[in-house]
Amino acid sequence: MNALLFKITIGFYFIATVMYLVYLLKPRDLVGRLSHWLISSGFVLHLVFTAFRYHEAGYTPITNLHEALSFFALAIVGVFIAFERKYHIFILGSFVIPLALLLMAASSTFPSAVVPLNPALKSQWLLVHTTLAFISYATFAIAFGAGIMYLIQEHFLKSKRLGAMYHKLPSLDTLDEINYRSLTFGFPLLTFAIITGAIWAETAWGTYWSWDPKETWSLITWFVYAALIHGRLTTGWRGRKAAILAIIGFFILLFTFLGVNLLLKGLHSYI
Amino acid sequence: MNIVVVGLSHKTAAVEIREKVAFAPTQMEKPLREVVALPDITEAVIVSTCNRVEIYATTHDIAGGIARLKRFLADYHHLSLETLEPHLYNYHGEEAIRHVFRVAASLDSMVVGEPQILGQIKTSYGFAAEFKSSGIILNRFLHKAFSVAKRVRTETKIASSAVSVSFAAVELAKKIFGDLSDKTVMLIGAGEMCELAAKHFINNGVRGVMVTNRTFERAAKLAEEFGGKAVNFEDLFDQLHKADIILSSTGAPHFIITPKDVTEVIRRRKLKPMFFIDIAVPRDIDPKVNDVQNVYLYDMDDLQGVVATNLEQRGKEATKAEQIVNQEIGQFFKWLSSLEVTPTIVALRARFEEARQAELAKTLSNWKDLAPEQQKRLEALTAAIVNKLLHTPTTVLKQTGQGNRNDLYVDALRSLFDLNTGGPVPEDLGELEE
Repeated sequence: MNALLFKITIGFYFIATVMYLVYLLKPRDLVGRLSHWLISSGFVLHLVFTAFRYHEAGYTPITNLHEALSFFALAIVGVFIAFERKYHIFILGSFVIPLALLLMAASSTFPSAVVPLNPALKSQWLLVHTTLAFISYATFAIAFGAGIMYLIQEHFLKSKRLGAMYHKLPSLDTLDEINYRSLTFGFPLLTFAIITGAIWAETAWGTYWSWDPKETWSLITWFVYAALIHGRLTTGWRGRKAAILAIIGFFILLFTFLGVNLLLKGLHSYI
Repeated sequence: MNIVVVGLSHKTAAVEIREKVAFAPTQMEKPLREVVALPDITEAVIVSTCNRVEIYATTHDIAGGIARLKRFLADYHHLSLETLEPHLYNYHGEEAIRHVFRVAASLDSMVVGEPQILGQIKTSYGFAAEFKSSGIILNRFLHKAFSVAKRVRTETKIASSAVSVSFAAVELAKKIFGDLSDKTVMLIGAGEMCELAAKHFINNGVRGVMVTNRTFERAAKLAEEFGGKAVNFEDLFDQLHKADIILSSTGAPHFIITPKDVTEVIRRRKLKPMFFIDIAVPRDIDPKVNDVQNVYLYDMDDLQGVVATNLEQRGKEATKAEQIVNQEIGQFFKWLSSLEVTPTIVALRARFEEARQAELAKTLSNWKDLAPEQQKRLEALTAAIVNKLLHTPTTVLKQTGQGNRNDLYVDALRSLFDLNTGGPVPEDLGELEE
């Protein structure tokens, strides 16, 4: 049942991705709405799948890579739908939804068996900490997508060669605003995720901070985004600089999420 | 009667030549009177804009008329015909009609679809009407050209899309700033293009307008016109950071805004984007300004490049416009040929003959006891009356040469006697607005 739901979800995400890419070539409103409907349906199925999984395991399904990648994709799609409803920019999906599909595809390559949870982690903090972390990651993914769109659109405007995509991409101002909004949502969430993580660490391991690689890299990520927000508010790091930093920030974030688990050993290594 | 066109445009002559043959709009009476005084030139309209100088005229003698108009253009501006000739083009007949329709519809403009040309032709026609150098043919012809232009504008997207430079500038601004309603435009210098672009921005909802000029009075006057604020030219760099969109068209021979200036200004604005539009030739703004972060600089060539891309994507619209022009040429040409004398005389005779026969038949059918001999006499009598009545008009119409107004008579006869055999029913001529 679960495996089937997972596959159907991937199916929906796949078709939605194709439609969003079609939208990139043929920006008809109908294509946009169809894509939106597909991704929303996929999201509902994904949510049901995650709920089943939670019920089956008895804890938030985020303790192995299969689950974590799927959860990340779920968060991205959820946050994306919220942004799309707010800004009515279907084309954002052409840059963000493929990422969700990619994460789901990666998720499907890892074993999906439910493994018993390490007793040390059995706590309601698991739900709070991880949900906060993943929603913040997802908003940074939106900032990443908007950043790429910004750089493309800026390239058109600076080079004065207005390619076909120029007409379809939104204005620089809108893209910059999406970037800014995602930061102002994502950054407090990331902050809370780190704080709840520290509190949970204290209850589980008796120490708030033990400088394991995951913690260190989370802090680095936090500093990058803090710098970006600070620069934005004081010296006006907007436009191109903000877009580039949002992209760099997201790569660091991906390393914090995946690289640390795959390459470095630490307390978080089982995720 | 033939319509001929003699002139030059941005396609055949550089600006140095064009400005030498331009006519000042304040002194149109003299050239118009001189043109119609030329042998065998009956009507004339002179169109003079920064991109073209053209004379539209009517004549019986196509080759002679064209030669005289060319000589007039050279002599009037004290140029030798040898230097001017290579830049001149001429059209007659259907090609002349096509040319003027295309010009009015802005299909021959440097920036195809730009709306100014129609107004300029209307003004030129206004002068010709005022000084009575245009007559029945050119009146009809230009009104037709205006209605063709109007059709092209409403039935194709050629004018409504980013085919004019100001429109392209506004579109670009929207792609940079999104909403323009909280943005401020600054005009540096006060060229005509600059004003036009500023108006376009105001129509698209920009909030503030600032104007600066070397002569402050001019800036103050423009600022008042736009409901904006005048700025001293010396204070330009103190005020520049308040502007989001900058339109520059000063007559300065060198760059007045450098990358260094803009780097400082943009820092002062906390990197809020700026959009510079340099309409001046020679340019006012160093092209390297475009490399400053969050700054976008477009000069005239860039904007025209944008327009050209947009136009490419609208090849269909252009084809549609040409089709409209072709249709209208056919109609107008039919009317023009109907002004020929011989077919009119034939039609007039036929009309009289028709009436005579009808009345004769009626009389004879009521008057049955009439002898064949008497019938014949009656027949001869009516024929003689008709011939007598038609004699003078026919001879007058057949006179040719200086000062005759056949076209006028022909047109009048065709309307008075409803001789619509060759020509179209007079239809909407298009209002002469503005």
